Amino acid sequence: MGKVVLVTGVAHRLGALFAGRIAEQPGVDRVVGVDAGPPPAALPSAVQYAQVDLRRPAIARVIAEHDVDTVVHLHVTALGHGGRALVKENNVIGTMQLLGACQKAPGVRRLVVKSTTAVYGSAPRDPAVFGERMQPKALPVGGFARDAAEVEGYVRGFARRRPDVAVTVLRFANILGPHGDTPLTAYFRLPLLPTALGHDPRLQFVHEDDALEVLRLAALDAPTGTYNVAGDGVLLLSQCARRLGRPTVPLLRPALGLVGRLARQLTAPADRAFSQEQLQLLTHGRVVDTALLRDTFGFTPRWTTPEAFADFAAHVPPGPLPPTRLTAVTDRLTGLLTDHRPTEPEELRPR
Amino acid sequence: MTAAREPADPAANVIPIESAPSWSGPEPRPALADRLADGVGAALSGQLGATATRLFGKGWEQRAADGLGFLRRRLTGDYEVDDFGFDRELTEEVFLALLRPLAEKYFRVEVRGAEHIPADGGVLIVANHSGTIPLDALMTQVAVHDHADRHLRMLAADLVFVLPVVNELARKAGHTLACNEDAQTLLERGEVVGVWPEGFKGIGKPFADRYKLQRFGRGGFVASALRAGVPIVPCSIVGAEETYPMIGNFRTLARLLGLPYVPITPTFPWLGPFGAIPLPTKWTIQFGEPIPTDSYPKDAAEDPMLVFNLADQVRETIQHTLYKLLVQRRSVFG
Repeated sequence: MGKVVLVTGVAHRLGALFAGRIAEQPGVDRVVGVDAGPPPAALPSAVQYAQVDLRRPAIARVIAEHDVDTVVHLHVTALGHGGRALVKENNVIGTMQLLGACQKAPGVRRLVVKSTTAVYGSAPRDPAVFGERMQPKALPVGGFARDAAEVEGYVRGFARRRPDVAVTVLRFANILGPHGDTPLTAYFRLPLLPTALGHDPRLQFVHEDDALEVLRLAALDAPTGTYNVAGDGVLLLSQCARRLGRPTVPLLRPALGLVGRLARQLTAPADRAFSQEQLQLLTHGRVVDTALLRDTFGFTPRWTTPEAFADFAAHVPPGPLPPTRLTAVTDRLTGLLTDHRPTEPEELRPR
Repeated sequence: MTAAREPADPAANVIPIESAPSWSGPEPRPALADRLADGVGAALSGQLGATATRLFGKGWEQRAADGLGFLRRRLTGDYEVDDFGFDRELTEEVFLALLRPLAEKYFRVEVRGAEHIPADGGVLIVANHSGTIPLDALMTQVAVHDHADRHLRMLAADLVFVLPVVNELARKAGHTLACNEDAQTLLERGEVVGVWPEGFKGIGKPFADRYKLQRFGRGGFVASALRAGVPIVPCSIVGAEETYPMIGNFRTLARLLGLPYVPITPTFPWLGPFGAIPLPTKWTIQFGEPIPTDSYPKDAAEDPMLVFNLADQVRETIQHTLYKLLVQRRSVFG
């Protein structure tokens, strides 16, 4: 008998894509997608949809009804409708309900939880490169990062109570793809990028394809544990802005905070581009070590951070200063300088 | 000077004009690049080209083309930084180029024992700290690059990473926070790591205590070197103490600003901004013989006695070398 996989958060892009991908796997009999709203249009037909609000105990019934053995919890997200309070409730209460249901379901053998590298926070006094075992000096103050830290805490508790369940926590760096919809992509789509004056944060990205692949491996039979997932390499925010052709507007850090507070009063997507923890990220940056993912988990991301960013950049409208226009100027001048030399023979030069 | 600053193969630096996408693409109206290029082209083929050759010497076109190539990479973000934010190109072309005249012409730094820095593999350079402003660290970075052809990755105080602008420059120049995790990661990656274990106690000590080594922190640097199994190179710097002779300290102001000290020197703050000009002392940077750490057992880093003893050994070596160099020194400004 094959696996029965329950995927939460299928209303989001990553959830829908993952549910479709895992449904095609040999050895997977059935995939049940769960979310609160009506069936999302993007959900492949191979996935059965169950409309369940994760905050209600009804999820236990779904797990029992389908005899689920693998739970992939992707409904830990910075996005959502209905404001921050509802998102937090979905993330934290939703996880508690789901874990409670799993604990009571003897058939569950494997649990995969999507987390974020934001659990390490972003602070100037932290090490430059975070390993999975490092504890940040200051826990995230609020927002999605705090949710994820709390979710991870509940998952650890669950793993203690059900040692027979294989638990994998994946801490993803910012996921980018051609059609990504995250707070960071909302920021990068702005025509001008407000930045913190005197700071050039290091950023790390993971491509959507790699994220899906890691989730697929984790849902099937990969080693358990907690892993950082990020593409190789690092991009500075200034590099990102230049590659997008978007001018930066450096603001003093308090002024940037004010811009953020104003922007949060606006409508989407501007409101989510400047969440508190994103401003921290855009000030101090964050880089994680992925040696454990490579060596223990056994997966090497196919997209590096710059490649993942290039794929994203190719699918957003160019900014006011596209790199191609700048290179046209410098290349033309360079061409002139190097062409100019052979046209003027040595003996014609004035002595 | 060094291999890094030699112009590379000229052919390699020429950016082919075909690589500009908007150039080959359909562009109906004359772009800014066209108009600019036409103007410059006309000027270069005329008198201006000849004048430029006279002024800047032969091969100025190539140098200008190299400069444009650099500008192109910077403007389009087409350069690499490592996990710690180290921007090799910017460091070599800009930071070190700006610091080099200060090292060679102003402080006339004499570098000795650069052969003790291995050509590859991890090594921990431990040096004495002095001079109110960490100029000694920057000069050591220039020395390590120009005399050993390696990049020094310094471990800096957390204050550096809290300050705006400073933190950005420090990261791009290859420095990171002085913590065990970062030190060990860098050493294991085979980098040259520099540490000034006296910290603020050393750099902010009064002039009367010059060349007296302060306490070496908790010896964390020794533990990092032991774990990574890399040698420790003691480094003694003479001359930095007298750049800003600190004769007093605005304690209250320092506490208000959250700084470790606000120095009073014979010229600062009396001469205003001119007081911030360092005295043109003559410097000597002496790298000592490497102290190997790979012969110790695997868990040696967990043995506090051993760690303290090694730290003391490094400290004594630096102190003795300092005294020796001071005896040899003819004058502070020699």
